[in-house]
Amino acid sequence: MPAAADTPLVYALVGNPNCGKSTLFNALTGLRQKVGNYPGVTVEKKVGECFSQHGRRMTLIDLPGSYSLNARSPDESVMRDVLLGRAPGTPRPDRVVCVVDASNLERHLYLVTQIMELGLPVVVALNMVDVAVSRQIRLDVARLSERLGVPVVPTQASIKKGLIELKLAMSRDDLAAPPGLPDLLPVPVRGGLLRSRETLAEAGLVRSDAPLLEPLYLLSSHDPTHYGIADQALARLTAVREQLEREVPGWEDRLVAARYDAIAALCAEVVRRPDEARLSFTDRLDAILLHRVWGWGALLLVLAVIFTLIFKVAEAPMGWIEAALNGGELFGRPIGGLAGWVEGLMPDGDLRSLIIDGAIAGVAGVLVFLPQILILFFFIGLLEDTGYMARLAFMMDRLMGKVGLNGRSFLPILSSYACAVPGVMAARTIDSPKDRLITIMVAPLASCSARLPVYALLIPLLFPPELMPSWGKALILLGLYALGTLGAFFFAWLFNRTLMKGVPTPLILELPSYKAPALAGVVRQMADRAWMFVRRAGTVILGLSILLWAALTYPKSDDPDPARQVEHSLAGRLGHAFEPLVRPMGGDWRVAIGLIGAQGAREVFNSQLGVIYAVEGAEEDESPLRDRLRREKHPDGRPVYSVPFCLGLLVYFVFAMQCLSTVAIVRRETGGWKWPLFQFAYMTGTGYLLAVLIYQIGIRLSA
Amino acid sequence: MATLLMMSRPTRLSDLPTGAVATVASMPAGQVALTRLREMGVVPGTRVQLVRRAPLGDPIEISLRGSLLSLRASEAELIEVTLI
Repeated sequence: MPAAADTPLVYALVGNPNCGKSTLFNALTGLRQKVGNYPGVTVEKKVGECFSQHGRRMTLIDLPGSYSLNARSPDESVMRDVLLGRAPGTPRPDRVVCVVDASNLERHLYLVTQIMELGLPVVVALNMVDVAVSRQIRLDVARLSERLGVPVVPTQASIKKGLIELKLAMSRDDLAAPPGLPDLLPVPVRGGLLRSRETLAEAGLVRSDAPLLEPLYLLSSHDPTHYGIADQALARLTAVREQLEREVPGWEDRLVAARYDAIAALCAEVVRRPDEARLSFTDRLDAILLHRVWGWGALLLVLAVIFTLIFKVAEAPMGWIEAALNGGELFGRPIGGLAGWVEGLMPDGDLRSLIIDGAIAGVAGVLVFLPQILILFFFIGLLEDTGYMARLAFMMDRLMGKVGLNGRSFLPILSSYACAVPGVMAARTIDSPKDRLITIMVAPLASCSARLPVYALLIPLLFPPELMPSWGKALILLGLYALGTLGAFFFAWLFNRTLMKGVPTPLILELPSYKAPALAGVVRQMADRAWMFVRRAGTVILGLSILLWAALTYPKSDDPDPARQVEHSLAGRLGHAFEPLVRPMGGDWRVAIGLIGAQGAREVFNSQLGVIYAVEGAEEDESPLRDRLRREKHPDGRPVYSVPFCLGLLVYFVFAMQCLSTVAIVRRETGGWKWPLFQFAYMTGTGYLLAVLIYQIGIRLSA
Repeated sequence: MATLLMMSRPTRLSDLPTGAVATVASMPAGQVALTRLREMGVVPGTRVQLVRRAPLGDPIEISLRGSLLSLRASEAELIEVTLI
């Protein structure tokens, strides 16, 4: 199907994970690429452009790494739908480049043989030939090409070798759809599939010349969402499958086996492996990294490095961003930042307040996450690219499996101790939709760094002022972290038993060979994801920040006292309105206002109380505020910040969802408001119930 | 074929000692978990080696067709293998 010379050929780039496909995509397209998202799913859509030797323009769609058209994850569903021309907003590709790992041909040819049956011209890029050579694997490329009936081009994407030859093959006019392997389907199955295609085509669900297996791929039983298929079609497809299964029991399993038999026969002709297998670099490294003792040491070292960097190194740039926008100290010198500049430029008034306390503070609230997100995603990219990520999941799977998660949930949850926003984003590396959702649901229970200022303010209130043993404070802090962790495991277990009951998720993990990371690719992916965060979550965070500002500012009072203004504002009135809710946990309307402010971001609680109790500079040093809190009394003379109340409040902060940014990113990552609202309800509900329980029991015990 | 099967002991993949090499003898049909394993190359007749167990005892790592796969004992115990 030669396209007109001016319309670019659309190529899909497909391959198993770890075949160097993305490196090849980057090498072919350079900077001419766009990263977006497929509608309705959180799968990155990467489209790029390259030119043949004769200047012919070609569009490349880099499809997510997949093992089979029989989709099992959102990534694989996207690959299937694009190749079948069923993805909304993406044209069906004209041709396909299949990228295979030359050192692992047998396994990678499985997908190739499936693709060859789709009726599209195929070019095979035999990538990572250097690895095959280093393992003394010899390949007869000409014979492979002849047997498959498609051009096969050896490449080494990491050093841009073989790209010219590949582009030459891709721009050929005479490329026809390959014949595919000799028929692998038992005769009755073939007949059954032909008949069902006819029925489905009459119903307008598939094209009449659709690939024979298309209906079955659409019905992949591993994909509970059946992404892209209407309910009525689903019923028809299910009937087709059930009928076939009755006629020829186990035919799908037999088809897989027949495919591998054919591939094994082909490989026997074209692949020569060394007679005695030598211990590879990967084997030797795994002997250490997966060792019963040294393995844990290596794992702790890797995590220690990453988290030291997230906590410590990100601290400085976060401070710079804060200072540059909101004002503060930059390199030891106090500066006014953007807010200070605006303050000098404009007369005092609502507009200035909107810009400074609403917009600039909101922008700062978005950008301040960037250092942590960049560092975390750089390391996640590095771990994925080198092959260590799969080992991490392998080592942690037993532990995470106990609560129904899998090894891949470990890193996102651990990251959430720094900040849940990058943690939730990191859950993208989990391929099982169920495990990914549960991970996102429980990750914010890990005590993030924004809770620390609140813990620091409240914990000393549990002790008399003259007696503040530091070991006691440390112990309580540790207890709060442990409580959050236990909570995360408990809810993961609960959700796995209830919400997601009956969805099987076996862990089948490939442990790829170790390789040097493609740094340029890692950096690019890090930048893409950070940009995605700023653009998508950022707009929501900014909008909600401005709403919160308005609630604290309007309606205006004439009283110059800021405490009075807050009380007069919508938030203040809400504080009074919510007082009956806060009273069972021991608080009054002032606490309610503090909690409303903390709803945007937990650390705001301190500054909010500072405003309400008219204590200056509560953000820098919390001890004057704490002294003020100790003196605060209920109308009947009892202290407000009693031990039962503070303990309950601390537990509330462990569990409650009080972070707009997390809500925004969860909405983004789950594709709707359903899950963030559920998360808000269960987390805040748990926090509230526990706080009330602790206070009520506490005052009865101390009475 | 029959004599071969009698000579070698059929056992479950999950029970293989570390380092042992075996051939996949049978896998139950209709198990979703096993379909993906089949697609990744574990089909009857495939030669597999149990490379190691994870430090916590589960999952296991197997080597087949020149690549390394990890699967949980809960799946591995469904697969019957014959020691070579």
